[in-house]
Amino acid sequence: MKQVLNRIQFSSFFSLSLLLVLQLISFSTYSQEDATTEVAPAEEAADLGGDPVEGKKIFNVNCASCHALDRKMTGPALRNVEARLAEDEGLDKTWLSAWIRNSAGVIASGDAYANKIYNEYNQTAMTAFPTLSDIDIDNILAYTAAPAPAPKTAVVATGNGGGESGNGGVSNEIILGALALVFGLLVIMLFLVNNTLRKIAEANGVQVVKDAAEKRTPIWKAFAQNQFLIFCTVIVFLLGSAYFAYSWMSQIGIDQGYAPVQPIHYSHRIHAGVNKIECQYCHSSARVSKHSGIPALNVCMNCHKSIYEYKGPVDGPSADDLAAGYTNEFYTKEIKKLYKAVGWDEESQQYTGESQPVEWVRIHNLPDFAYFNHSQHVTVGKIECQTCHGPVEEMEVMYQYSPLTMGWCINCHRETEVQVADNAYYEKIHEELSKKYGVEKLTAAQMGGLECGKCHY
Amino acid sequence: MASNKKYWKSEAELNPNDSIVETLKQNEFTEQIPVDEFLGDKETLSESSTNRRDFLKYVGFSTAAASLAACEGPVHKSLPYVVQPENIVPGVANYYATAIADGFDFASVLVKTREGRPIKIENNDRAKVNGGANARVNASVLGLYDSTRIQGPTANGEAISWEDLDNRVKGGLTAAKNSGKQIALLTQTYASPSTHKLIEEFTAAYGNVNHVVYDAISEDAALNAFEAAYGERALADYHFDKAELIVSFAADFLADWQGGGYDSAYSKAKVPHHGKMSRHIHLESNMSLTGANADRRVPMKPSELKVALAKLYGKLNGSNVAGGSSDIDAVVAQIAKEVKKAGSKAVVVCGLNDENAQTVVLAINKLLQSEAFDTESPKYIRRGSTAKVNKLIADMKAGRVGAVLIDGVNPVYSLPNASDFVEGLGKVGLSVSCSFNNDETAQAVGSIAAASHFLESWGDLEMKKGHFALMQPAIRELFDTRQFQSCLLTWMGSDKTYYEYIKENWTTSILNGASWNKTLQDGVFSMPIVSNSEQTAATTASVSDEEAEEVSSAVPIASAIRTLANTTSGDMELLLYSKVGMGDGKQANNPWLQEFPDPITRVSWDNYITISKADAEGKFENYNVANGGLDGSYANVTVDGTTLENVPVIIQPGQAKGTIGLSFGYGKSAGMKEEMQTGVNAFQLYKNFNNVQSVSISKAEGIHEFACIQLHNTLMGRGDIIKETTLEIFNTKDHHEWNPMPEVSLNHQETPVTSPEVDLWQEFDRSIGHHFNLSIDLNACTGCGACVIACHAENNVPVVGKQEIRRSRDMHWLRIDRYYSSEDTFEGDNEKKDNLDGLWGDNGSLGGFGEMENPSANPQVAFQPVMCQHCNHAPCETVCPVAATAHSRQGQNHMAYNRCVGTRYCANNCPYKVRRFNWFLYNNNDEFDYYMNNDLGKMVINPDVNVRSRGVMEKCSMCIQMTQKTILDAKRDGRQVKDGEFQTACSSACSSGAMVFGDINDKESKIAELKEDDRMYHLLEHVGTKPNVFYHVKVRNTNEA
Repeated sequence: MKQVLNRIQFSSFFSLSLLLVLQLISFSTYSQEDATTEVAPAEEAADLGGDPVEGKKIFNVNCASCHALDRKMTGPALRNVEARLAEDEGLDKTWLSAWIRNSAGVIASGDAYANKIYNEYNQTAMTAFPTLSDIDIDNILAYTAAPAPAPKTAVVATGNGGGESGNGGVSNEIILGALALVFGLLVIMLFLVNNTLRKIAEANGVQVVKDAAEKRTPIWKAFAQNQFLIFCTVIVFLLGSAYFAYSWMSQIGIDQGYAPVQPIHYSHRIHAGVNKIECQYCHSSARVSKHSGIPALNVCMNCHKSIYEYKGPVDGPSADDLAAGYTNEFYTKEIKKLYKAVGWDEESQQYTGESQPVEWVRIHNLPDFAYFNHSQHVTVGKIECQTCHGPVEEMEVMYQYSPLTMGWCINCHRETEVQVADNAYYEKIHEELSKKYGVEKLTAAQMGGLECGKCHY
Repeated sequence: MASNKKYWKSEAELNPNDSIVETLKQNEFTEQIPVDEFLGDKETLSESSTNRRDFLKYVGFSTAAASLAACEGPVHKSLPYVVQPENIVPGVANYYATAIADGFDFASVLVKTREGRPIKIENNDRAKVNGGANARVNASVLGLYDSTRIQGPTANGEAISWEDLDNRVKGGLTAAKNSGKQIALLTQTYASPSTHKLIEEFTAAYGNVNHVVYDAISEDAALNAFEAAYGERALADYHFDKAELIVSFAADFLADWQGGGYDSAYSKAKVPHHGKMSRHIHLESNMSLTGANADRRVPMKPSELKVALAKLYGKLNGSNVAGGSSDIDAVVAQIAKEVKKAGSKAVVVCGLNDENAQTVVLAINKLLQSEAFDTESPKYIRRGSTAKVNKLIADMKAGRVGAVLIDGVNPVYSLPNASDFVEGLGKVGLSVSCSFNNDETAQAVGSIAAASHFLESWGDLEMKKGHFALMQPAIRELFDTRQFQSCLLTWMGSDKTYYEYIKENWTTSILNGASWNKTLQDGVFSMPIVSNSEQTAATTASVSDEEAEEVSSAVPIASAIRTLANTTSGDMELLLYSKVGMGDGKQANNPWLQEFPDPITRVSWDNYITISKADAEGKFENYNVANGGLDGSYANVTVDGTTLENVPVIIQPGQAKGTIGLSFGYGKSAGMKEEMQTGVNAFQLYKNFNNVQSVSISKAEGIHEFACIQLHNTLMGRGDIIKETTLEIFNTKDHHEWNPMPEVSLNHQETPVTSPEVDLWQEFDRSIGHHFNLSIDLNACTGCGACVIACHAENNVPVVGKQEIRRSRDMHWLRIDRYYSSEDTFEGDNEKKDNLDGLWGDNGSLGGFGEMENPSANPQVAFQPVMCQHCNHAPCETVCPVAATAHSRQGQNHMAYNRCVGTRYCANNCPYKVRRFNWFLYNNNDEFDYYMNNDLGKMVINPDVNVRSRGVMEKCSMCIQMTQKTILDAKRDGRQVKDGEFQTACSSACSSGAMVFGDINDKESKIAELKEDDRMYHLLEHVGTKPNVFYHVKVRNTNEA
């Protein structure tokens, strides 16, 4: 909660003070990003006899889950592998092809280097690729021989807070401010005009007739003397304050918008949004259990074994991200936090066994006396996760989207139709109930979804 | 960082015995707050500058500040697994088949686990033998989380490592071996093929090993008799479902007689089917659970029982047995007539720990060729030998024992001659006890090998010949503990785990090619029938054995009869028994069982002497005090020079004159929480392991306060609570006669109360969707109480303690009412009530009702489980001012705890008195230091059910969490719910089939059929509440042949 408030204050403060400066700088950052797009390796690798573009495709399909170009993973780094082998070990392309097509065979033949490598990498057998043609292998090798891209210059936009979303708010406030100013000026002008007219009138000897107001009791006095009016006013005032007090108090304990700082900055935007990972790939227990479940770290490692750094969008991080400090390095550092927690040693590509469970801060807190079952809603009701959790795929920082109040639950139960299609459980009851209520489609409420004991026991 | 340097702040710290340093280390504030000094001095108090108004200001400010601060919600942390185990989905329960074998209780069970924590025990319906969990087995899961468990091995009171202990034990064993002294294993009955094999190997490794099996409550006589007749140390099995006539001589087979487990077969034959049901004649001294269920119960002294048994044999055999009174002759003549008529459909059982009696019973059943009598495949769940135990104690005292290893038994508590045993222990070089708690034996031995709970252990069982079961751990050891078998393997020098050992043993000698994994999943395995040639060989062998036995045992039978017939009766005889709730006292530290009311006396948290009214006259009294609590006198009981002082006395209707009863299992104090140290230790009177003792009893000073939850009065003929009839009437008359519908007068016309015209309420349409009903068959219900404990475990029902129970604040959602009748039969009660005439006089209602309150000397007993009746027209709902309790379309009466404000109007308006009020916060409260007050105990809490707070009404929910889960599972699979899928905790715990739960809108279901049965009735039907729980009229088989 605090985080959100801070961020709002932060952005509005900056947007007011740094409005003009910001506009200029953000233009300049865009131009920088354009300059840092990756250079395609195609032209430089033309003389290697293979097509590196084609090679990259084959590499990504077949090899990338275990190998990277510049980094040890399950298998060794493969940058310039052909040249390295030829220089260091005196092994040629024939050996390499044999290895790729059937590594186990090479190892079995007693080849010294093959066995060395095999043992170095924890005796993990490499998948045999007998279907790869010579041309394919040439292409892959051409890709591996491409020179490494120059490291990108990191764009750290310290102090360039705010973003485009901030700009909208700023301009609104400026317009309002300007309007207020204009109105103020108008009032002063009217006052001055009035004064001037009066002076002119005095100068002309015109007696400005003061109203009979002086004789009459002033309106406030009359009001104060009328007890009935006072009574009514007090009643209205009390009712009004009661209304506001009630509405203020009824939001106590409702944490809509709650977005605590988590021990690992996990971005749902990147995972569910950019990479389009299904919600239930990680939150798999939502299908069968009452809990959606925070995924165990071994689920993270399914992908993050090979995704060890954050590369970001092709054209680099957006201005907003940079403004919030979400640089590629920042995300990569968060991945390292995961490695530390799960006890993964990047160097040896092995688990150390020293794990440290992550203490996530729970965002959606239902009280203990309310029973909620995810599988009922997700699997049976076929309700999109986003219905309750909001646009998670856009959330950089996860927050509570819905109020999670009983009124909110009830309302949805009143409106939502039961998914009866192809579910034999509902066949009989749906037929009978819809006849009873005279409707085509039943809502959850008509199925008994408003009864106390369905959620409180 | 590791450094051996020692740092200190003052020299005093270098002295290890400096008390001030110790105080400083432990207490941040060394002195207590001087409250007395401050408040005690009036002058300083009056001179204080803070006046009353200031004080109020401070209070006001701090209250406001606290409530403002409370607006900020707490931060909850969520910790997922680092590596999630494959089979665990958070929020989904897993079930594992395992078995319990603690030496007293043997059963195949399922364990329900949530996120790896065992939280409930359920019946294993794949088991053919002992697949039903009784109350103690149901409660055993709480023992796993006992905060008084021994958490690691110790020696001489100091915690040591397992390595040290192993070296110590191995050294001690080798020393004993070298000195030529005996190595004794004093253990419980295991009935485990692998453990027996292991002990054989252990014997081979160390030579002079003496394995002594010790049952705290001995079945020695039955074992000896069976061994003499059939050549194997085992117990005959009885199939009560095949018997048409059961004659029991004090055999409490619905409770713990010979290991128990007979109730489901018994109940099966007890339900009238095509006009037939079994008949049960019971002769006994104490009012036992089995006696209470009998069709005819004859109170008799144990000595008279022996005479009667001898006479019965004589009658059946045609020989004449002299002795005994004419009363006995009359009873026996009647029984013999019935037995003869039933022939092979009759069975006779005996619960006297007397070898002659047991021999005669075996002979009678053989003579009858009883179909219910099974010696082919006997039971192995009692193996103890008192002769060997006595021999061991003598050897120990003589210094002939070099080492003694104790497992699963607590002899210092349960031996009548415990002092001899302790004396002997002093002369043994190495004494090790595998103990679970720091009990009496653990405190007496040199080293303690901390034992694992059965839910943390591997094991196997052969409870009955050819019927095997596997025990698997449902959780890793919570503490640094080890099971005895693993200890033995280590001490033998084997590096195998016990799991590997069992698996190897099973694959080589038991499974015979069947799948190990499948067996482990099922938990049980029955040996396929042995091949033909082997079988014939075996039978011929046994036949020849039997012939040989008969020749040799012809004399013993005759002498046995003679000895029995000549039994002289003592002045006052004591029969020691085990309570359904406490058994032999192994689980005395279990608050669920302490609070479990005894089915007969309805007393919790105590044991006591039961005495007949005639014997108590003028000496002992029971009376209820103003708050409803029961008070009683104390007595001193003396057996053979040993006196138990201040034993509370309960006057028990049905207790035979000249006898008293006292239950085992209480009076433990070592290693127990103070609240659990209840009752007196009856094992001190268990001389020569004989449960019948000659006793003298005298009054002691003082009054005992019982925690009794039901008065001792009778039903007074209020026939619509318990309805019962006899088999004859049931078979011949229309059901309107024996199960009449109550009627009210409408326009001077008698109208049934179920008619809509006399109803205050509009009927809702409940024909669509599910409509849950619970059926309770009073014929099948034995009153065993497994459902009570199952309900405790499933619904997080709190334990409130003895004082609160006494104040009638028990929290049991499900109670089993016990009713006596003042006449010998319930019909007698009804007749008497109907014949009352006027206020005064012989038939006056003033005196008459008073008389009817008192149960007769030998009353009939009926049990009735009562929980929330889930009325369709519920009186509680209309009086709730906040609509916290409301009805659902599915027939359940809902209770929204968070809505309840605690007016208790609902409880006042409930005609069934099933609502329970939380007078206190029972969790996290030091005043209620039971399992919900510590983190370990709280692990048993069911996460699907609320833990209620103070000031809230609660009641049976008809296990809505279970029905909702069943519905959800069906929805997820896209199918209809199958019959039998809907269960409640009580119905699934009921192994006797008395409770059936289901959806009456499913016309094919069993519950729909039961609802249409002629025996069906509702509790207090005339009130017009239309309950969703219905009962079945109890039918007694009074047909005398």
